[in-house]
Amino acid sequence: MVMTSEQAVEAAALASKPRSPWADARRRFFRNKAALAGLAILVFVVGFALFGNSLAQWSNEELDYNVMGQIVELGGPSFASGHYFGTDDLGRDLFARTVQGTQISLAVGLVGALIACVVGTLYGAVAGYFGGRTDNIMMRLVDIFMAVPYMFVLILLLVMYGRSITILFAGIGLISWMEMARIVRGQTLTIKGREFVEAARATGVSAPIIILRHIVPNLLGVIAVYATLLVPLMILTESFISFLGLGVQEPLTSLGALISEGAGTIAYGTTWQLGFPLLFFCLTLFGLFFVGDGLRDALDPKDR
Amino acid sequence: MDLFSYILKRLAIAIPTLLLLIVISFLLMHSAPGGPFTSERELPPQVLANLNAKYGLDDPLWKQIGNYVWGIVSEFDFGPSFVYKDRSVNEIIAQGFPITLTYGLLSFAVAVIVGVGLGVAAAVRHNTLLDYVAVGVSIGAQVLPNFVMAPILVLVFTLWLGWLPGGGWQGPEYWIMPVIALSTSFMASIARITRSSMLEVLTSNHIRTARAKGLPERLVILRHALKPAMLPVISYLGPAFVAMITGSVVVDIYFSTGGIGKAFVDSALNRDYAVMMGVTILVGALTIFFNLVVDILYGWIDPKIRY
Repeated sequence: MVMTSEQAVEAAALASKPRSPWADARRRFFRNKAALAGLAILVFVVGFALFGNSLAQWSNEELDYNVMGQIVELGGPSFASGHYFGTDDLGRDLFARTVQGTQISLAVGLVGALIACVVGTLYGAVAGYFGGRTDNIMMRLVDIFMAVPYMFVLILLLVMYGRSITILFAGIGLISWMEMARIVRGQTLTIKGREFVEAARATGVSAPIIILRHIVPNLLGVIAVYATLLVPLMILTESFISFLGLGVQEPLTSLGALISEGAGTIAYGTTWQLGFPLLFFCLTLFGLFFVGDGLRDALDPKDR
Repeated sequence: MDLFSYILKRLAIAIPTLLLLIVISFLLMHSAPGGPFTSERELPPQVLANLNAKYGLDDPLWKQIGNYVWGIVSEFDFGPSFVYKDRSVNEIIAQGFPITLTYGLLSFAVAVIVGVGLGVAAAVRHNTLLDYVAVGVSIGAQVLPNFVMAPILVLVFTLWLGWLPGGGWQGPEYWIMPVIALSTSFMASIARITRSSMLEVLTSNHIRTARAKGLPERLVILRHALKPAMLPVISYLGPAFVAMITGSVVVDIYFSTGGIGKAFVDSALNRDYAVMMGVTILVGALTIFFNLVVDILYGWIDPKIRY
């Protein structure tokens, strides 16, 4: 077989010096154009969320009395009025609102994914490590939980205990750890038979320490991949709930809540109210999906 | 183990799951702060006591759960609504369910047929313009969930073009936008899954053999490649079905279609716990049933699977 130049370079690199698996993964990731594009989009969106407010000429709470009542004629996007994205139907600056919404959506995504990761990893690792009856019962429970229509339960929780952002965070995180638990358990099953675990056990290390010190660090690649893919799903869930008006409440807002507001007012001709939040929502998801896919290709041992 | 005993075994798991779901949602409802009759208007204690007695709310907890479960199991009766005094939960659900079922099944069919078609076409014409278009469409549609599609569709087809009615449920022209809104992102996922699994199958030995013995390409694809390539798609159908039922909430709100999603959100806003529980349990039961069907289908397509 003829080597392409790329393969030749790779072979030469292989021969010259040893590389860690992480360096390998990094190289694969940076060679993936879609992943790089996703990363660029993501950097832009995060930058927008973090530094957008310093560009805004209005805060997200101020009402612009000049445009109030004449949103359709005067509230459109313009540099002259300082409303780059226009205003919402109350005369608030949509640019500042979109910055705020992006911040909250990203935060919900990250916190939800973090909760899901911690709970799912510990649950899956414990079930996989102990095996036998413990494993059986724990995973059967996951099967049962997975049949629960979680969106309905989440709405039920939000209605009963008030529509607070804490409940939203906790609820989104706590319903999404199950897939993670399954993946981690599967990986743990293969790792726990390896020599280093055996050695740790032989020297009398206790089970919790083995799980935390020896098993979980070896799962970090898998966890990182599914965590990145979880973030957009968390954002989707939050936006769905907020679109129904049950999620983040005023004066806070999220991209889903802004899309909902925009969707409610398109009939009056204020399409910018839908357009800009929608654009940032789609960009965020795009970036996260591409980076997640890229990470999976780079870190997942299956496709090597 | 044969198929029949496999189904029995799965049912043996499904029934306790369902019971657990009922009990959990009942306990959730019970632990909610404020009873169903705490309203802005203070009720006289005697009236409240009578109401509680009528709805059985002063029975001990285990008896309430028992009655509720028994009502569902023996007569499929979810009890009375707490808000609409003259209507039962069954009536409210029965009103919306046929609507949800209609656009839900249509969306499901559209997502599967278009998604599989697009995925197969992209895989067969790998690395051609058609493939790139299909991949582009499926990546783009991935970030267009129902609540994003719905306003965009209304904006384009109702407000700009004036072709379709923006909401309501009267004839087939009212079905088009809900079905598109609900099916787009699933269509995209199915197309992606189909494409990658089809590409994998097309390089396998049995396809090379089929081609080598001179079968026309159409038959190779339809008869030999499609079936094994469908396995990952089928395992995606379970979660997709649940997500579509969930999406019906958005569709019902945005297009005023009047399905069970509307009943659910209305009852959520009215704190009509009985209706919320009824819908949750119904959706849970549908999910369990659908997962069972998917598992059976999976075993039927892949004879290697031992139950």
